Amino acid sequence: MLIIDKDLCIGCGICESSCPFGAITVVDGCAVVADGCTLCGTCVETCEPGALKIEGAEKNAPLDLTGWSGVWVYCEFRRGALAPVSLELLGIGRRLADTRKVPLSAVLIGSETGDTARQLIAHGADTVYRIDDPALAHFTDEAYGAIMTSLIRQHTPEIVLAGATAIGRSFIPGVATTLDAGLTADCTQLAIREEDGALLQTRPAFGGNIMATIVCPNSRPQMSTVRPKVMVALAFDAERQGNIVEVHAEPAHLATRVRVIESVVSEEDNVNIQESDILVAGGRGLDSAKGFTLMRELAASLGGAVAATRAVVDAGWIGYPHQVGQTGKTVAPKLYIACGISGAVQHVAGMQSAETIVAINRDKDAPIFAVADFGLVGDLYEIVPKLLTEIEERRKS
Amino acid sequence: MKIIVCIKQVPDAKDVRLDPKTNTLAREGVQSIMNPYDQHAVEEAVRLKELLGGEVTVLSMGPPQAEEVLRQAISCGADHAVLVSDRAFAGADTWATSYTLAKAVNVIGAFDLLLCGKQAIDGDTAQVGPGLAMRLQIPYVTCVQKVRQATDSGLILERMMDDGYDVLAVDLPVLLTVVKDINEPRVPSLKGKMRAKKVEIRRLTAADIGADPACIGLPGSPTQVVKVFPPEARCQRAVFTGSLDEQIKQLVDSLHPYL
Repeated sequence: MLIIDKDLCIGCGICESSCPFGAITVVDGCAVVADGCTLCGTCVETCEPGALKIEGAEKNAPLDLTGWSGVWVYCEFRRGALAPVSLELLGIGRRLADTRKVPLSAVLIGSETGDTARQLIAHGADTVYRIDDPALAHFTDEAYGAIMTSLIRQHTPEIVLAGATAIGRSFIPGVATTLDAGLTADCTQLAIREEDGALLQTRPAFGGNIMATIVCPNSRPQMSTVRPKVMVALAFDAERQGNIVEVHAEPAHLATRVRVIESVVSEEDNVNIQESDILVAGGRGLDSAKGFTLMRELAASLGGAVAATRAVVDAGWIGYPHQVGQTGKTVAPKLYIACGISGAVQHVAGMQSAETIVAINRDKDAPIFAVADFGLVGDLYEIVPKLLTEIEERRKS
Repeated sequence: MKIIVCIKQVPDAKDVRLDPKTNTLAREGVQSIMNPYDQHAVEEAVRLKELLGGEVTVLSMGPPQAEEVLRQAISCGADHAVLVSDRAFAGADTWATSYTLAKAVNVIGAFDLLLCGKQAIDGDTAQVGPGLAMRLQIPYVTCVQKVRQATDSGLILERMMDDGYDVLAVDLPVLLTVVKDINEPRVPSLKGKMRAKKVEIRRLTAADIGADPACIGLPGSPTQVVKVFPPEARCQRAVFTGSLDEQIKQLVDSLHPYL
């Protein structure tokens, strides 16, 4: 629990204003903690006199962690293709493995994976565990989870990474629970702690308002899902050597209680906005669903995809898969062009990790300008066509 | 059909803001709300009850004030409410939370369907639903965008994927996590509000659910926060000058690396 040292507390109130849960109040010059405290530790960090402390964080008997060694990456394969995040994971996985002086292994689950295993080696894997079976053509949490769990039990890696995709975020939590392993979602930074070799997993919390670094002191493997487009893949190196281990799925692992009747690919292109380097996003300022024609035109010109705010998704102007923000997707493209978007915190939470943000809005006081790197105040129906022309001209010259 | 819906009280995001001076979260006037995804889970449960008969129990783990969201769920059509609340639960990560909820579900008793929101907007992990299903040894489907067919023995579902959606058939019992596309939550009726005021909320402590102290709260959590810090400030913003045409030219200059 949170312990407040009354002698050290100066009643400055910084902890009160820092608490994301409003669980601390200063009463008679001393901080008091209420039931809403989740022991997140934000206040402990901000307390200058050091009057706050979280106790009881240590487990009684630390587990024996020897025997857990190696870095593993789950490489997502669906409809004949590798998810791009898989190569990014091999990039960061390689770095972690080199720091720990252990091998990097990839787990490839699917059907008709072809020469994908070779590709994974060329991108950094030392070993690829390949489970290629027609029964695994469709993703199911049960089969993929059972195979992953059984492989981890058998080979005891210290670190397991997966992409924070629809698939990774679905079956990896089940695997972690079965293994009694700590799992951190949506990591954006991963590093090794020098003192003890623990994995430092950093992720945004509260819609990106704060960052939290998390460790798993007493459980193995240390598991993380990692956001797409954050880590950098290594260049393809055809000379790299590695071995491919064929694993045959046990029939018990393939038996699932959830049956896939059909797998439908969206008719729209680029519906997976989390994998796009460039996003052109439209909000209520488009005035009507027709505005997305212009958004699509700009996206096509830049080779990007179209995103949207909750308001216009709710209005039915565009489908839910395009929604960015707290109840939609979190994206981190290289370029995000926000058109007619006011910048509500719920939206900003989903896009503020973009490398460059451009805002086009007729209201110069719109909050979106506070997070934008470049802003243009004016009518988007005047600005965007001119922008399109200018881009075309620049390309010609 | 016996349905249990897990819900969470979260700080309302629109009130949470970063104080630009101190780089800490300004929490003045932060309201607590029912996690938005959970509202859709409650709505789907009530719709299934209306279709097939049965009852809906809402379950929340949280401080005593989480009672508010349980009452809200009652006002929207849920029948029973259970609050698992104990100081010993504080600091629970998703592993310890799914353990606690599973223990509470076992106390509530038999069920056919468990519903959760896809994720809570304060943590965004989406891990408790799958974890809970594993502990109860039932299958789960995440990110359900539509219940196409429901009978007392099974469901046909659409589950949102990154590139489209999958159509799935599943027998009961099962746990589903839902996205907001699944339905439009109803506004509470007057009768519902009256019932919500009066309804008795069943309270369970760590001892009531027979929780192992080593598996709950901060001590029971395999993941532990070691550092909390503000995100890196965004780089200096460029201010364009001149006519709109000139500004657009300057913008395209700035966007050169992306063209």
